[in-house]
Amino acid sequence: MWKITGWLLIGTSALWAADSGESLFRIHCAPCHGLDGAGGRGPSLTVRKLPRAPDDAALSGVISLGIPGTQMPGTRMTADENRQLVAYIRSLGRSQPAQSHGDRSNGERLFWSKGNCGRCHTIGPRGGRVGPDLTGIGTMRGPEHLRESLLDPEAGIPDTFTSYRRVIFMPDNFLQVRVVTRDGSRITGVRVNEDTFTIQIRDYSDRIYSFRKDDLRELLKDWGKSPMPSYLGVLSDSEIEDVIAYLMTLQGAP
Amino acid sequence: MRTFLLLYALGCTLSAQVSYDRIAAAASEPGNWLTYSGGYAGNRYSALKGIDRGNVARLRPAWIYQTNDLNNFEATPIVADGVMYVSEPPSNAAALDLRTGRPIWIFRRSVPSDAGVCCGQVNRGVAVLGDRVFLGTLDSHLVALDAKTGHLLWDRTVADYKSGYSITVAPLALKDKVIVGISGGEYGIRGFVDAYDAKSGERLWRFWTVPGPGEPGHETWDGDSWQTGSAATWVTGSYDAALNLLYWGTGNPGPNYNGEGRSGDNLYSTSLLALDASSGKLKWHFQFTPHDTHDWDANHVPVLLDAVFQGKSRKLVAVANRNGFFYLFDRQTGECLLGRQYAKQTWAKGLDDLGRPIVMPATEPAPEGTLVYPGVHGATNWNSPSYSPDTRLMYVAAREEGTVFYRATAEYRAGSYFSAGGMRGIPGVEPSGSVKALDPLTGEQRWEFPLHSPPWAGVLSTAGGLVFSGANEGNLFALDAATGKPLWDFQAGAPVYASPIAYEFEGRQYIAVTAGRSLMAFATADAPAK
Repeated sequence: MWKITGWLLIGTSALWAADSGESLFRIHCAPCHGLDGAGGRGPSLTVRKLPRAPDDAALSGVISLGIPGTQMPGTRMTADENRQLVAYIRSLGRSQPAQSHGDRSNGERLFWSKGNCGRCHTIGPRGGRVGPDLTGIGTMRGPEHLRESLLDPEAGIPDTFTSYRRVIFMPDNFLQVRVVTRDGSRITGVRVNEDTFTIQIRDYSDRIYSFRKDDLRELLKDWGKSPMPSYLGVLSDSEIEDVIAYLMTLQGAP
Repeated sequence: MRTFLLLYALGCTLSAQVSYDRIAAAASEPGNWLTYSGGYAGNRYSALKGIDRGNVARLRPAWIYQTNDLNNFEATPIVADGVMYVSEPPSNAAALDLRTGRPIWIFRRSVPSDAGVCCGQVNRGVAVLGDRVFLGTLDSHLVALDAKTGHLLWDRTVADYKSGYSITVAPLALKDKVIVGISGGEYGIRGFVDAYDAKSGERLWRFWTVPGPGEPGHETWDGDSWQTGSAATWVTGSYDAALNLLYWGTGNPGPNYNGEGRSGDNLYSTSLLALDASSGKLKWHFQFTPHDTHDWDANHVPVLLDAVFQGKSRKLVAVANRNGFFYLFDRQTGECLLGRQYAKQTWAKGLDDLGRPIVMPATEPAPEGTLVYPGVHGATNWNSPSYSPDTRLMYVAAREEGTVFYRATAEYRAGSYFSAGGMRGIPGVEPSGSVKALDPLTGEQRWEFPLHSPPWAGVLSTAGGLVFSGANEGNLFALDAATGKPLWDFQAGAPVYASPIAYEFEGRQYIAVTAGRSLMAFATADAPAK
């Protein structure tokens, strides 16, 4: 039997659904997606838009049938349980307030001028490539997370590595690496890919390098470091809110 | 050329007779790869010397065969008399021309959409015996196919897939039987090992890996918990023909992460079983992780070797276990001769004189999470180890990856996921892996070749003095078996979730292994003219 807690009995029916959904989630989904839904072997579900499940019907289908060709299995459960799980997973994506009160157009102007964000970040066809592509950032992150990233960039670096290990491509975790080649050249940049024998790096002038590791004299990885500067004291509080408001409007390629 | 064609044609017509005697003497015909691990001893060793330290740098792809399925391609191929037999996801089988990799036939089986599997719709290989190919399916059937045509000869229901049973294991053919294990350890099944008559498909015996009422070991379960006790058998075992004993590993007890409802050792979960191959009766057992709550299945290929141990000539079986310890047993008696840590672990102070772990406090999964090494995928996993009689070393694909384990509750419902908990990676720690060379008589590590991430590829060793394996990032590679020095690598473009094999065709040695949806065969290019 599912455990029924006291507060739940006096809660609303929506809460009831979400809490039962949470119990179901812990059993069926958490082994891969993490107890908090933030991802593990499976991807994070704490996003506003699930690429494979744009609406509740699609999410319900994914839960019952799985996703062929991936490790996402179908899960047999009653229609009620399926609904509870859908409600709970949707609540994960709503856990951050999606409202921002800044001035969007001023935020856009700051992004490309004073903030110089476009030197490293791409939006649509425009911008640099050493930082994460922000074209759809408004669908993946909430304002709180963006505020943290602007004020304390290193706090937002992905710090768990289990989710990407099953695929061949590296994550967008933008690890800064420094290498010294056999002839003494020093290159600092972002790791774009790596395997046991080789590493590929994009430097801050957007140049791509590919090395065999046994050709390198040194290979240093700056775990936990971000090349992104903090905007604390660079942009005012209201300017930060404006940039966040702009970023929240970015909903991906049309 | 004409002579060659004739011989090749002759080879094909002979393709059909892989007798038990031939498999039992597989070491005497290293040009073929007649059973999952190359021989019944589970050594995954090839006596071929055509590829060696001197020429392995010239190893090149000869052909690539691709499946039409995006699930992991985990199969070990069988090679017999000019034909390669391989299973492919979800539950298909194919016979391939060894010259080109082009299919001779493909057996396609549709799998019900509600067949539940924890970890992908995969299959790890077929068995060949006589003129038949045997395949286990995701909906828990065992089928026999005509090796020449792929036509279905018989189809037996092994278990009810709607209750969470599935088959991913490569069957093991011996004498007149086909041995098959079962998957479903995350679905609260009751595990078993089965034997079927190769001709008729009739079931000859079943050994339940969770003892029922009145059977020895039943007392290690609370109440009805044995009925969902799992102990699945999803990795192919080994066989000693002289002793007529089958060595087979069992998986986690169910539910995985919460042991409250199943206090006791939970026999025969996470164990090595020695079964009489004629009757299925248990000769001895050893449980690696009593009352497991970390999903440390003992589903490994047991490695059989004969050696002088402490001055006495002994028949041995070695296991590098998911729980972080290496074990050596007398395979006649089951006596645990040696147990030694071979990978990072934080859950046991060590092993007692009988090999039982001395468990440290506060290592059980908890609602707030408990960090433990090895992680949920273990210090190694199903991907095969290898033993070389030349170097007398055992090679293990090792994982260094911790997990935060969570305990929850779960209600059993037939066919539903039943793990009672969850897990996540450790923030800020990048998991890694290696190929380790261990001395099986001491458990000591001789060398280690570091990998970028914890591997899912198995290991092959050869008489050419080489060790072959693969990486999640797509690298296939060869190491010097004596030193671990890398001598060759190739980027295959997709993760390697399988164990390599070696065989010979037209007098030339090949290495075959899967990566992504490709099965690739490699041979050395001719040396450049001097």
